[in-house]
Parts: sequence; structure tokens; C-alpha cells
Amino acid sequence: MSEAGPAVPRQISFTVNGELRKVSAYPMERLLDVLREKLNLTGTKEGCGEGECGSCSVLLDGVLVNSCLVPVLQAENSEIVTIEGVGTPELNDLQKCFLERGGAQCGICTPGMILAAFYLITRKPNATQQDIREGLAGNLCRCTGYMQIFEAVEEAARRRNAA
Amino acid sequence: MKQSQIIGTPVPRKEGREKVTGVARYVDDMVLPGMLYGATVRSAIPRGRIRKIMFGDGIPWDEFVVVSARDIPGKNCIALIVDDQPCLADGAVNHTEEPILLLAHPNRHILRKAAGAVAIEYEPLPAIFTIEESEKCDAIIWGADNTFKTYLINKGNVDEVWARADYIVEGEYSTGAQEQLYIENNGVIATWDAEHGITVWGSLQCPYYVHKALMALCNLPAENVRVVQMETGGAFGGKEEYPSMISGHAALLAMKSGRPVKIIYDRMEDMVATTKRHPSRTRHRTAVTKEGKILGGEIELTIDGGAYTTLSPVVLSRATIHAGGPYYWPSVRIRAKAVATNVPPHGAFRGFGAPQSLFAMERHMDRIAQAVGLSPAEIRRRNFLRPGETTTTEQKVREAIDLNRLLDRALELSDYDAKKEKFALENKGGTTKKGIGIAAFLHGAGFTGSGERYLSSVVGVDGCADGSVQVLVSSTEFGQGTRTVLCQIAAEALGLPYESVTIAQPDTSEVPNSGPTVASRTAMIVGKLVHSAALGVKETLIANGLAKESYAPEEFQVACRDYVATHGRLRSLARYEEPSGIFWDDQQYRGEAYAAFAWAVYVAEVTVDLCTYNVSINDFVALQEIGKILNPVLARGQITGGVAQAIGFALYEKVLWQNGRMQNAQMTNYIMPTSADLPPIRVFFEELGNVHGAFGAKGIGELPMDGPAPAVINAVEDALGVPFDSIPLLPEDIFEAMTGRSENQAEDRLSPAGGVR
Repeated sequence: MSEAGPAVPRQISFTVNGELRKVSAYPMERLLDVLREKLNLTGTKEGCGEGECGSCSVLLDGVLVNSCLVPVLQAENSEIVTIEGVGTPELNDLQKCFLERGGAQCGICTPGMILAAFYLITRKPNATQQDIREGLAGNLCRCTGYMQIFEAVEEAARRRNAA
Repeated sequence: MKQSQIIGTPVPRKEGREKVTGVARYVDDMVLPGMLYGATVRSAIPRGRIRKIMFGDGIPWDEFVVVSARDIPGKNCIALIVDDQPCLADGAVNHTEEPILLLAHPNRHILRKAAGAVAIEYEPLPAIFTIEESEKCDAIIWGADNTFKTYLINKGNVDEVWARADYIVEGEYSTGAQEQLYIENNGVIATWDAEHGITVWGSLQCPYYVHKALMALCNLPAENVRVVQMETGGAFGGKEEYPSMISGHAALLAMKSGRPVKIIYDRMEDMVATTKRHPSRTRHRTAVTKEGKILGGEIELTIDGGAYTTLSPVVLSRATIHAGGPYYWPSVRIRAKAVATNVPPHGAFRGFGAPQSLFAMERHMDRIAQAVGLSPAEIRRRNFLRPGETTTTEQKVREAIDLNRLLDRALELSDYDAKKEKFALENKGGTTKKGIGIAAFLHGAGFTGSGERYLSSVVGVDGCADGSVQVLVSSTEFGQGTRTVLCQIAAEALGLPYESVTIAQPDTSEVPNSGPTVASRTAMIVGKLVHSAALGVKETLIANGLAKESYAPEEFQVACRDYVATHGRLRSLARYEEPSGIFWDDQQYRGEAYAAFAWAVYVAEVTVDLCTYNVSINDFVALQEIGKILNPVLARGQITGGVAQAIGFALYEKVLWQNGRMQNAQMTNYIMPTSADLPPIRVFFEELGNVHGAFGAKGIGELPMDGPAPAVINAVEDALGVPFDSIPLLPEDIFEAMTGRSENQAEDRLSPAGGVR
């Protein structure tokens, strides 16, 4: 947890899941804490607090980031997508495939994993298993041994490409 | 009744939708009005007396709630097996990171600063950190001789076999501590009011363990303690006993402040302070004939329990019973002990002692094979347990298991023979060496011996007012699929769709005690009780003339509704009853250790790079017999996940200790396997069934933790021709062994009788 910087909160605005949000926050507060505590978007999880586990992954202007490493000021005027912005009201293909293939067990890495997978197959619609292995290497899962996650992502990419 | 055939199908995980959309509620997602945050001030030294506690300047201490051992209303201990572990150190500390003082404040950032501003003055005492130091007894830190528990198994007369042996093979094997590394750290919220007492919501495996601990600590009757399990982000045994500690801390702060208190550990605190897998050392001395038949042997097994008893006697028990592997020992003597050191207590971790003693057994089988001049496959074939033979505890194998067939299939699936031949040729030149290794093993399901009888678990199944069915158990979901398989069992038993069965949130004020969620017991033992309780609902409806023996789901719903409207609640309870003919002697450690075993043969294929000394696993075959598969997707996920953790145990996960404290307590420097590190894990099942389990299920969760480490290390030896007997095996260890290797080392370890080391 970082020290809150200069002791003056300021108004920071950004778009989260398509909605413009304004928060009063210290510039060095972690985006993770702002999302979870000020905006009540608790689908984004903290696992390690140092950018190793990827549980806090979100998309910031279309790029996958660890929200525990992003000072909230850096997110000013950006567009953020969290798990709450994925697949509503209907589950998207990735979520369906995670569900069908056993890609989620305890579920704590799942929101970050789904965002990482979303980022991956958006950039590489024909991702090979090697691409998937590398693309998800920043998101740790202790339950699954990853095999069923790979299969879920492959299947979701297939469905997307077929649509 | 229409056969619903839900068992054996991949129905989706009950809470899957909540998990993939991020709405599943974990404890840190919960906020209560007026809530404080709690922090723990911990010991900086491994052993000593506390002289003085000083509160530093610059902190508004009057804003803080401060709790010390003196504030404990009940007994200052974490009630479990032996009441030797204090909830808060009182005058003395016995390990680093031992909790001493608790602080609470509404602002987390100030709290953190304050915890750092508490200075503690100690009078240090001599401390011990390893099994060897503990055995020497230079410092006595626990009891009379630093020993928590010993077991002795004596089968046959091992003393007479040495004279008849063609070979006597010896080996010493060791395993390191391993962190469970669930991705969600430990956390709880506690509230207190005089009327209702304590309520705790937490990330935990065993609500009734916490319940028992809080009753003793807070001096409260059962009805004034309520424990609720929130969605739990991984546990693996790591949330079996420690949640009682952290719940106790939050409860004490809540009692003193009168406000809700949340304690969530950060990763470093979780890693330095909470339990890990017990480090172990196992020595084998085995008498073998020239045909490769084991005549008998001595096994000496020691585990490091850390500073307090916690679960070490039970972990040691499982390690002891699994020490002989899936082999027939005409005679054997197993001496086992758990010793004390000044490190945080080691605890439950998937496998629970078995991965340690089975690592030794399966490495030792390869050593025996070399001594006798047989292949690793053949030596196992000649010694496998067969139906009718007895295990080391003299439990007769009643299951129709054919381990030779399992081995043949695993060899075929892994293309073992062809690869063995190919690698032998290809390894002659070049800087990469390939190898292939086998491990054969077993895992007992459920509590050991008389354990299930003592637990006397109870489950409930309700027929609800809306016609649906609800399962009531304290068995918890933390990723394994508890909710899903128990609902499948109830649905199958009642001939109802899976969707019409739900399961209650584990809450000690609502659900009966179905025992702890440990020991691979949930599908088998609790599942069987759910089956019985579900049938009880049906029988009640039939007895009341509301349903016939055979019905459509809609008819069941109407019957249920009618029953509840007329009689009130429709609840069927089922209590565990020990199967007849089960004999277990706790004194002699003899008898039916487990109602059923799961059996497995795993094969690992590795490449060792002689430039980097890195081991990569190219292929992994996991073949097991686990009774009836209740849900193929979940079952496979248990195996792949367990294999991944066990590969970490073998090759990556090293706890670095200094002065009794973990030095690499971050995900940055404690390395678990990532998606880029693992081989394809190919999972195969055989289904023999099991008379004791629900629809023939056995335990599954822990089995895959037992075999991968020896299979991988056996493959590394196959690749390099150098034995490694200690895990984790890191590239630097291989480098050291390869470069500092003495010439006669290879002959040294093959010791025919007469040339015994």
C-alpha cells in the first residue's frame, strides 16, 4: 500500500465501464482502492499488491494494467473497463467458456484472468496455445493448473471468430 | 422415479456465474457501518521474553483500540488439539511473527504507521530452526524433548530380514516448507454485541473449528458465537487452522471497541505469519531380494512442526501411514516424530504429510531399482499391493485395484518405453538431457482410523416452501466444487433437476456440523450423508401420502409445498455411522486406516538444460482410480491444479529462512508456476467405484499433490544420471551437484549387502 501523496485530495474524473465517474482522491492512491472502495466495484481483486499476480487487472484505455500499480491520477480522463463492464447483461463468450470448461475454481483470479484473456484475444483473434500461455503469464491461478483456462480461452476465440 | 442422471455429468459450477462476473462476495468486498480496521503487532525475534512494550511518538494513540493478552475474556489459546498456542503472546515469544498486540483504527493508513511505531524490548533466548537442531536438544523449547508426537508402526519382524537380504538399500530424502499461496489472503470481519455475542465472516475452510476456538477464547456459550464463511479465494489447507487465530484477533478488537473490525492480511503478512507445509526428512533402509522383492524395511520419518502443536500430530499420522507407498511390505518398522522449532507453526497443506513421505518412498523405489538392476517400472510391478494383501497398518486391500494395469496404462499413455530408449540415445551428446520418471502412490480418503467416528458429522437437507431443495452443511466451497457436487448428489438422489437444488451458505447458526472441509472427505463422506438425508426427505413425503415412490419433479415440488404448508419445516438430518467391521487401534497404529484409497500412477518427462540448469517438464500423464467421477470437469480441474502445485513443490517453491523468518515473502521472489511454466497435464481416470462413498465416489482433492514431485525428480535423475533427494530442486542445486560432483558418488549409492553405507 502506498502512502497517500500530498495530503490534498483532488477531483479526478474518468470513464468506468462506459460511465463518467468523478472521485475525490489523493493523486497517489491506487486505482485498485479507488475502484473497490470509492466506486464499490469490488470485482477487481487484490492478490499481492505488487503487480505479480494480476488479480487486479483492468483495461486502461484498452491496455491491460495491474490496477494496484496505477496511481489514480494516471487514470485521469481515461477509459477503464473492469469485470463489471464485461458481458452485461448477457455473459460474453469468455465468461461462458470459463463456466463450461472449468476455467474458474475459487474465482479470486477469475475477473483479472478474464480481462487478460479478453485483451489477448482482442489483439490476437487467432491466438495459438503458446500465445495464450504467454499472454496469461502475468495472471497467477493457484487452483486450476491453467489447462482448463487455456481451453476456455481457445474455445471463446473460436466462437468469436465463427460469429 | 425418473433417473435424472446428474452424477457423472459436467453440470456448471453452482456459483460459477457469480465468479465469472465478479459479483461473488469475498470478505474484503464486505464493509459494515462504523467498521474499524485491525492490525497485528508481531514478534521480531524467534524466541525470548517480552520486557517492555513502548508506544512511539507522533501517533494519536487515544484514537486507537489496543488489545493485549490481558484483554482476553476466556482462555488465551487457539483451541484445536493441544492448547499450547496463545492467541496473543503473554510475556514470551516462541517464533518470529508471533502475535503480541492488536490495534484497530478507522483509517488503514494511520493504522499501518501505528503498528510500525510500537517498539518491543525483548530478552532473547536461544532458538532452534531445523529438525537436526531440535533433535540435539541444546535448547528445549517445547515439552521435555522438543517432540510433539511420535508414532511407531511394527508389522512382522523386520529384524530378521537383514540376514536374508541380497541388497540393503539406504537413502535419506528431504522436502522443504511450501506456502499454500491461495490468491486471496487471509481475512475476517468480526462484530460483537452483548445480546448476540460474536459474529465472524471470513475466508475459511472450517467454520466449526473457528466456532470452537472463539467459544474458548471469548468465554462464550455456543449460541453466542456465529461463524459465516464468505466466498473463499483458495485455501489448500492454509485456511484450516489459521482462521481461528485471525478470527480471535478480530473478535477481541470488536469486543473491546464495540464496533465491527476487519482484518485483512497483505501478502507479506500472510506469507511470513501463517502456516506452511511441514519440512520433512525421511530415512529408508530396505532389505530386497535379488529378484527385487521387498522383504522389509525401516522408515524413519521426521517433520518440523514449528513452535506449537497445532495440527502436527495429525499431519504426522497421515505421513506415517502413507510412508510405505502402494507396496506390500512383509515386515516394516516406521518410526515417526514431529519436532518443535522456533518458526511459525507449520500446518495443513493439501496432501497433509503424504506428499513428504511419498516423495521419499518413490525416490527410494528408483534407488532400489538401480541397486537390483531392474527398471523403475519393473521394481514397482514386483512390489505393488494386491487385493487381499495388507498395508503397513495391516489393513487388508478390499478394493479390486490392479496397480499393474494402472502402471501399464500410464506407460502406454506416456509412450514410456520408446521415450526411455530414445532419450538414452539422444542424451549422449549435446547440452540438453531428457528423462522420464514414474511415481506410483495412494491417498487415503477421509479422517484417519477412528477420526470419522469422533467427528460424527451431521448434514441436513430441507424440502422448502417453494418446492425446491436446500442442502445444509458446514462443508465449504473454496474452489474444489463442494457446492456443485453436493447439489448433484441431492438432485440425483431425489430425481430432481440440478437447478432445483441449492446449498446454504455455511453459517454455524444455520447449518449442522458436517465436519471440517479437509482430508479429501467432502465428496465421499459428506456426500454420502447428503445422499441419505435427501432420501429422508423423499421418505417423509411418501410416509405422509404426499408422494409416491416414483414422481415427476413437478409432483415433488407440489408435495414439498403441501408438506411445509401443513407441518412446517421439512428437514431431514443424517449422521455419520461407521461401517461395520472397521477396526482401528490408536495405540498400536494398526487396522483400517481409511475407508478407501485413491490410487495413481503418474509419469513426467523432463528436459534439463546444461547451460542454465533449468528443468522444463515436457509432458505429464496423471492416471488415477478415484472411484466414481461425480463431475468430470471439476474432477479434472482438481487433478490439473494439484499437479501444478506439486510441480511448484518439486522445482520452484523455496522458502528462504533466516533466523526463523521467511525472507522471500512476496510473489516476486517466492515463485509459483505460471501459465508459461507448465507442461500439458494429461489427466486420465479409472473408475472402480467405492462402497463407502456417495454414488461410489472417493476422495480426490489431495491425491494429485502426492505424486508429481517424485515423478519429476525421478525424471531428472533419469536425464542426468545424478540422484537428487531433496526438494525443491532449483537450477542452482543442480549446478552445484553437477559441477562439484565427486567421481565415486555414482557407485556409492548402490550398496549391495556387505557394502552397506
